[in-house]
Amino acid sequence: MTTQPAPAAPQRVQSTPPSRSNRWRLPRLGRVILWAFVALACLLSVAPFYLMFVWASLPGDQIFNVPPHFWFGNAFAENIQRMLVATDYLALRYFWNSLYIATLSTVTTLFFCSLAGYAFAMYDFRAKGYLFGFILLTMLIPPLVMDIPSFLVMNNFLHWIGEPRALWVPGMANAFGIFLMRQYIVSALPKSLIEAARLDGATEFGIYLRVVLPLIRPILATLGVVTFVASWNNFKGALIMKLSDTTTTTLPLALRKITGGATNVNVDWGANLMLVLLTVIPLLIVFLFASRQVISGLTSGAVKD
Amino acid sequence: MQKRVPLTTSPPRPRWSYARFQQHFAPYIFTSPFFILFLIFGLFPLGFSLFLAFHLWSPLDGLGNWQYVGWENFQLALGARDQFWAALKNTVFIGLLAGVPQHLVALPLAFVIHQSLRRWQGAVSTVLFLPYITNAVAITIVFGMLYSERLGLLNYLISGLGLDPVRWLGNPSMVPYSVAMVVFWRYVGWNVVLYLSGLQAISEDVYEAATVDGASSWQKFFYITLPLLRPMMFYAFTLTIVGNMQLFEEPYILLGQSGGSGGAGLTSATHIFNVAFRDLDMGYASAMSWLLFLAIFVLSMVNNYLFSRGGGRS
Repeated sequence: MTTQPAPAAPQRVQSTPPSRSNRWRLPRLGRVILWAFVALACLLSVAPFYLMFVWASLPGDQIFNVPPHFWFGNAFAENIQRMLVATDYLALRYFWNSLYIATLSTVTTLFFCSLAGYAFAMYDFRAKGYLFGFILLTMLIPPLVMDIPSFLVMNNFLHWIGEPRALWVPGMANAFGIFLMRQYIVSALPKSLIEAARLDGATEFGIYLRVVLPLIRPILATLGVVTFVASWNNFKGALIMKLSDTTTTTLPLALRKITGGATNVNVDWGANLMLVLLTVIPLLIVFLFASRQVISGLTSGAVKD
Repeated sequence: MQKRVPLTTSPPRPRWSYARFQQHFAPYIFTSPFFILFLIFGLFPLGFSLFLAFHLWSPLDGLGNWQYVGWENFQLALGARDQFWAALKNTVFIGLLAGVPQHLVALPLAFVIHQSLRRWQGAVSTVLFLPYITNAVAITIVFGMLYSERLGLLNYLISGLGLDPVRWLGNPSMVPYSVAMVVFWRYVGWNVVLYLSGLQAISEDVYEAATVDGASSWQKFFYITLPLLRPMMFYAFTLTIVGNMQLFEEPYILLGQSGGSGGAGLTSATHIFNVAFRDLDMGYASAMSWLLFLAIFVLSMVNNYLFSRGGGRS
């Protein structure tokens, strides 16, 4: 991704020849030990994913084999079949429900957050500082405190319980997204560009749509992936808002219901692990697609003040 | 003095134009969705929850049918009859078990990656970041399989070392460690990535100046790297505290609603969830969620105090 604004190169007065003195010069053995430490960490990060795939490819009665299998079996297709039958072919429906909520959540979040972030970055208006400060302040509320009251609003006032919009509407314009967008736009877009578009007779919304949006694609990708992943993984929200009908239930909720928790050995693990894979694979795809962008986008938001 | 002559003559502007009108109101309109949504889904619910904390009410009773009980909900939580304290203790214990090693591992790991793995940095941080984005339910189910007492992989490896199998989820004194292990696994990479970006933000000039002054590698680490990393450490610690105090999915999936054998895995979040959505005692649950908020706030303040002492703030 080269679209990130390049930070100005530090002006370094070089009186001595460039040195790598700030790095550790370790003896070979020390370096090998350090690399082994990093390699072990990577291995442990990946191991559960690897096991997930290995187990999903084994016949159900071999998953909990002693000694365990560490290499792939040949029951992958069979397990897919079993999963479809075990869920009355509803697994794909759950998948669709999750996708539907995550997509709506992502699109609306990107729109509203970038719009507000743009306003805070590029306009001067009365009480701007207070309004932005207030938005940042709301980030301090722990999500847990919101669980009960938001259920009550959905249940007793809006009657949205059991409906997908209970999951994606409240977070459409969220503090984190607005903050991330504002930080990026302040550093990446010159004000003169907006002025130029204005002189050309563009409307304010037109400027946002045709000038700003195309130029902030990198940060849109970051926030988009983060929002999609968070929505896709939202278990507690779906649990609280009772998305329990087969027509509305999401994958994580269905996963928990079907496997009956994690310790039950007497279920069809071949089928269940397929459902686990169905939940995890989209995340892997989305993330591997944009991991660099997401990591750099997220941490740049964290470092800047 | 000579009279000033305008360099360019602009046509007289109309007092009102659509362009100026929309320019004036655009920022308010662009930022309004947040405030509208916050009013409906944030401020009003928060106020309602605070109101309910002093009442006895079930959502089935309908609006208006609440009974004022004063501080009774809070007294119940803070008294010995309820599990509030036990759950809070579990939460803090699991939080420490997962949180402290997280940073003790993440910081050196980030340092090693930063110092000696420049070319592989991107790939390594992607791999380490993977657990963070994974679905908690899915991965906890996989960990549950690893923890299986007779047939799980972990006990297989342990018996290979000639040790007795561990009752990961069956033994109450083992439960917090089993939950903490999942949490640790999920968030180490996130902290590594945070520290890595903090390390990258430190200017190399500082190190060069120190080298000129004859500082050793250890001195550079303790007197330059650590102090300059303080803001990032504060941020990472805060995230860990706030996150671990609200732990829900991992214990809920591993151990069920009750918190497993002996209730050793019953966290505050699960307890509040049970009271609110199983017992439908919304007033009491609201009171407890505010108490938990207070606990999180106090811990964050302690963290803030520890970090602001002796300077180092930027």
